[in-house]
Amino acid sequence: MDLILSGLGEAIVRILRFDPEVMDAAGASLAISGTATLVSVALGLPLGIWLGLGRFRGRGLLLALMNTGMGLPPVAVGLFVAVLVWRSGPLGGLDMYCTRAAMITAQVLLAAPTVIGLTAVALQSVDPMLRLQLAALGATSRQSAWIVARETRLLLLTAVMAGFGAVISEIGASLMVGCNVRGDTRILTTAIALDTSKGEFGAAFALAFILLGIIFALNAVTTWAQQHRRPA
Amino acid sequence: MTILEATDLVVRRGGREVVRVEHLTLVAGETLALLGPNGAGKSSLALALAGLLPTEGALQFHGRPIGPAYRRRVAMVFQRPLLLDRSVRDNVALGLALRGVPRVPRNLRADEELSRLGVTHLADRSALGLSGGEAQRVSLGRALALDPELLFLDEPFAALDAPTREGLLSDLGRALRGSGTTTILVTHDRDEALSLADRVAVLVGGRLRQVAPTEEVFTRPADAEVAAFVGIENVLPAQVQSATDELSVLRLGELTVEVTATPPPGDDSLLLCIRPDDIVIARDEARASSARNSIAARVVRLENADRRVRVTLDCGFPLVAHITRQSARDLGLREGDRVVASFKATVPHLLPRRRR
Repeated sequence: MDLILSGLGEAIVRILRFDPEVMDAAGASLAISGTATLVSVALGLPLGIWLGLGRFRGRGLLLALMNTGMGLPPVAVGLFVAVLVWRSGPLGGLDMYCTRAAMITAQVLLAAPTVIGLTAVALQSVDPMLRLQLAALGATSRQSAWIVARETRLLLLTAVMAGFGAVISEIGASLMVGCNVRGDTRILTTAIALDTSKGEFGAAFALAFILLGIIFALNAVTTWAQQHRRPA
Repeated sequence: MTILEATDLVVRRGGREVVRVEHLTLVAGETLALLGPNGAGKSSLALALAGLLPTEGALQFHGRPIGPAYRRRVAMVFQRPLLLDRSVRDNVALGLALRGVPRVPRNLRADEELSRLGVTHLADRSALGLSGGEAQRVSLGRALALDPELLFLDEPFAALDAPTREGLLSDLGRALRGSGTTTILVTHDRDEALSLADRVAVLVGGRLRQVAPTEEVFTRPADAEVAAFVGIENVLPAQVQSATDELSVLRLGELTVEVTATPPPGDDSLLLCIRPDDIVIARDEARASSARNSIAARVVRLENADRRVRVTLDCGFPLVAHITRQSARDLGLREGDRVVASFKATVPHLLPRRRR
């Protein structure tokens, strides 16, 4: 118990003093996971809209693949990306191993299926008659897709948040392809694991509090948006 | 002037043929009701005519095959309002926004429609908080704001309660007459067709059975199924006994009746159609009357229906009459009572027994 209390105390002191190592890890986490989420959204929203609204052969298979992708084990993704960017691997020439770029690539593979899958589900939840109504008002396919997506904006926000949540808290892939380089690829989760293994519980707690704070802030934003929706 | 013409139009849904129309035209400024029972293919036909379903056959707008621009010259209102999570004004202006009309003129146009439909006070409210009637008014406003050359209304009143429906029906009738918009109204409700339509097209089983002025469809239906659907409950098999220039005498079971309608040529076996509202019930035959046909009958059943009483009679064949509740009270009608049912010779409509 003393260990936990002293760890908590040290964590508070480190946070209040803006401990450079803690801040570096937090900044790296936000930068890497934020970038990965942005890329996932840029790819995933259009693909999710296409999957959600489209009617084509093989759509069911693609949806099943996306649903499977939502549960991909981060270590499996880490292994896959590590083999790709390994110096002798197919993308070895890009010199990405142990870089933020490799971590972002791995995190995109983890977050994109979540964004795509949840976007498709959100679009499928829209009354099919709405699309017919929009067509009857003269909407083009593109206008119709944009309006339908706009109508599901809260669900899409949830999809984006879920994508970010999936990568900000993962460790396996980031550790395998980022190598936990201090001041560069060391992020909150890998730093927590390292500090815990060294018995530096104060630093680990401080990092964990920041991670929990980020996740809480995410959920708070989502919940606020849902609660402030106009009456249905 | 013909605005829309469909020739040999076939609509398939899920690989199955649901509608086949040999020929249907729509004249500019008229309101045509597509009337028929549930599942007759009315909505499918309307969607096809609006260019929203793929079809086989020819569909011409102003004498030319419809193209991509056609959908921007028509508008459609569905049974459910299908409003967006925006203000009422933005919803009404939606079609104009899709056409690239700038915000100020489209909001002015939206406000005009809201005023015409009596819901100006809702303009800034969220469309998702409206009652069913308000939402359907907004939906109508959204379509009318486009000044469509052709307006399709797919059972727009079906989900509304009776008072709301009556109010909206009246306001819509006024709006359509004021704008002169050519309209196709899909409905299974005879009163809606009677109240709004210049012509009625009766659709049964995916086929047009009759297209005629509203009055004609309701008084001279083309066949027994149309007759039944437009509320002619008495469709009785009869045989021509004799016919002169003035009257035809028909055999109806053990009885004979006189009618002024001319029997269809070459067919002695007929169907005699009489509207329940045209049957008069009396306690006895004593009073002199111009009704040429009086039949002794027994009251089998009395049912309240809307503001009337539906009386089922046994005359040796079943006969249904509609009378007012006051008349039923004045006559003191009870089930089992002996009465006299009468109707004028000018009332019945005659149909060939077999469809041609």
